Amino acid sequence: MTQRRSMLLNVGPSHPAMHGVIRIIMELDGEKIKGADVEIGYLHRAFEKMCETVMYSQCFPYTDRLNYVSPLINNAGFALAVEKLLGIDIPERAQYIRVIMSEISRVTDHLTCIGATAMEMGAMTAFLYMIKAREFLYELIEEITGARLTISYVRIGGVKADLTQGFADRAFQKIAKVRKVLIEADEMLTRNRIFSDRMKDIGKISPEDAIAYGITGPFLRSTGVSYDVRKASPYLIYDKLEFEVPLGSKGDNLDRYFVRMAEMEQSLRIIEQCFVQIPDGEIACGLTGEVIPAAQMVDRAKMGETEELIEDEVALDPTLQGSTRKYHDAIYAHKKDVVLPAKENTYGNIEGLMNHFKLVMYGHGIQPPVGETYFPVEGANGELGFYIVSDGRDQPWRVRVHPPCFAIMAALPKCLIGGMMADLIPTFGSVNMIAGELDR
Amino acid sequence: MNDVLIKFILSAGTLLIVFGIAGLLTWVERKQSALMQDRIGANRATIFGFKAMGLFHIFADVLKMLSKEEFIPEGANKFLFNLAPYLSITFALVGFAAIPIGGELVLNGHAIQLQAANLNIALIYIFAMMSMGIYGVVLAGFSSNNNYAFLGGIRGAAQMISYEITMAAAITGVIMVFNTLDLQMLDRAQGAYMFGGWIPKWGVFVQPLSFLLFLTAAAAETKRIPFDLPEGESEIIGYFVEYSGMKFGMFFMADLVETVLVAALMTTLFLGGWQVPYLHPDGFYFPWGGHMALSNLPVVILGVLSFFIKVSFFIWTLMAVRWTFPRFRYDQLMNLGWKILLPASLVNIAITAVVIIFLR
Repeated sequence: MTQRRSMLLNVGPSHPAMHGVIRIIMELDGEKIKGADVEIGYLHRAFEKMCETVMYSQCFPYTDRLNYVSPLINNAGFALAVEKLLGIDIPERAQYIRVIMSEISRVTDHLTCIGATAMEMGAMTAFLYMIKAREFLYELIEEITGARLTISYVRIGGVKADLTQGFADRAFQKIAKVRKVLIEADEMLTRNRIFSDRMKDIGKISPEDAIAYGITGPFLRSTGVSYDVRKASPYLIYDKLEFEVPLGSKGDNLDRYFVRMAEMEQSLRIIEQCFVQIPDGEIACGLTGEVIPAAQMVDRAKMGETEELIEDEVALDPTLQGSTRKYHDAIYAHKKDVVLPAKENTYGNIEGLMNHFKLVMYGHGIQPPVGETYFPVEGANGELGFYIVSDGRDQPWRVRVHPPCFAIMAALPKCLIGGMMADLIPTFGSVNMIAGELDR
Repeated sequence: MNDVLIKFILSAGTLLIVFGIAGLLTWVERKQSALMQDRIGANRATIFGFKAMGLFHIFADVLKMLSKEEFIPEGANKFLFNLAPYLSITFALVGFAAIPIGGELVLNGHAIQLQAANLNIALIYIFAMMSMGIYGVVLAGFSSNNNYAFLGGIRGAAQMISYEITMAAAITGVIMVFNTLDLQMLDRAQGAYMFGGWIPKWGVFVQPLSFLLFLTAAAAETKRIPFDLPEGESEIIGYFVEYSGMKFGMFFMADLVETVLVAALMTTLFLGGWQVPYLHPDGFYFPWGGHMALSNLPVVILGVLSFFIKVSFFIWTLMAVRWTFPRFRYDQLMNLGWKILLPASLVNIAITAVVIIFLR
């Protein structure tokens, strides 16, 4: 008598396709997947608990590390949640800048997702083309934020620095280059029979199931459900922009790939519109004085020469560029109890200095009123929500993140079971699991 | 005595050339993929400050492989585990014995066929050796005591057996046209011309469908993307997952040697082997009426050169394919092999048979 047993295969965490952070225990019958058990938590860093131990503005570096492929969206999401708690509005220019940076990040995220999927399926060249396109966008991000990955760019009440001179032109050039790469990638992947055969009808999920699992983002839209936070509850200036929400119909890997490809084009469209609509930032009046180094300004202010410094501009370290008085009003909310003063005020007069200290000292800082709030933004993977409870202190009492890939990972076994072992790669790739935001 | 010496020199020469090309391929692979992907490619290894376009990486690789720990996993069948890589590389290498790298060289009145083993069943011999190569893959997969390796072994066995059948069926057309299994004879037969002497009677021109089928099946035989299912490095890591050091290196080399073998086989079967267009044993006869007399030695040298240029072309093609496509899925691979390639090659045999009888 023959005995029939299925094989248990332990995939990950040290498996090339699992990124070192996921473990899937699979029950295989030959090549067919009979069961799959997903184990998460390998990148748990206690983000939420850490946020409770620091001041609101110190949470931004932690949010960078949530979805590390599109950190600017996390930054903006957290800032928007705190601003909602505080009940403040930010200047329009800052809103446009946040949208521009968020959309650039969305494109980099989708590029990484599609590229990595293609690479794990063996198409290494397509991956490197995608990474090349991502590099163009990272150069833009680097120019504005000074960093590539852990950018910590958004501030409560504004953004760290204004756009640089001639940034729009450079952005248009880079967008044209990215579009070219996207066309190349489209030719390499979409028209590749092997690629489309491997994606088609694999990892299917029905719209009902997707909604039941709480899935959002491209994964949900691939099933044909039109839900995009940017359209459903517009934040920032998304209601002033024209863009479409690309939808799939079948909810398989190929549809998710198409939705992501189409979304990148829409994001590029949004960026272009933003550059046309964005209001002017610099204030031309008043700044007739000379440019003096920060240390000199501090010394002169100590000597009481504050009157003479009112017209002057301070020469700053490159990391602080864009936060001088010249740009300050256009990119920060006019709230002294939330926003750090312009650097000229910090260095040049006692009121500014005190304001600065009041905001950076423990026990002072930004103190939202007692209450709780939830603010969702459209992350690259879906609805990224921040739930914050304030007890009136300068530290959050509780922070909770709604990570988009958590729900998708819960549905992953459903997508995998019944498929082949090799289908694990495109399906898991199309989830775009980012362990930073999944495990927090 | 003299004959034995000549054979020995020929065999040693072939072996060295093949090893040289296979070693060079590790570099070619890096540089060609880099070129395709807008990168610079390997350029770090230096000897006394010379980089030689990254060529020293070949030596660095070998040195690394030799100095690594030989690891045998617990529960593995030690004998089979150690045997598998040798089987893999040996059977890939011995196939070259029957490949003619040049025509007839006359030295001091001796006529030497530039072919290590002058077999009249060369084609069958090569196929037998290539089939034996499966044992390396299967044994490695089964003896490693590892589920991933096991899956790789199964995949490898299934894939190589299915594609070997297509391969054999695909070249049956060529055998029927040229009526021989001796590769030296086959090459010589491809020296004829069709259509008023303009087009050489190469396999690719008389059997175009067979050429395409063989190209696909042969690519599958090399176990490289898009047919790298036994390896599938981001999927099941491969049948050699437990191997380290030079034993892994042997599997790696076996794949590259097979790439060269397949390229050489395609050259021999479909591009006339060492034939140069319009070059006859006594010089060039151009179809437009010109004639350029050449003695035996330059003719043979041109032939050998022509052979290696054609081989390089096929290697380049296989590399370009490897760095462009994603990998197949197991069932798709089987569908392609059994439902498309095999019927197509059978149809090709039938058509060829009808045409041959019709022309007779």
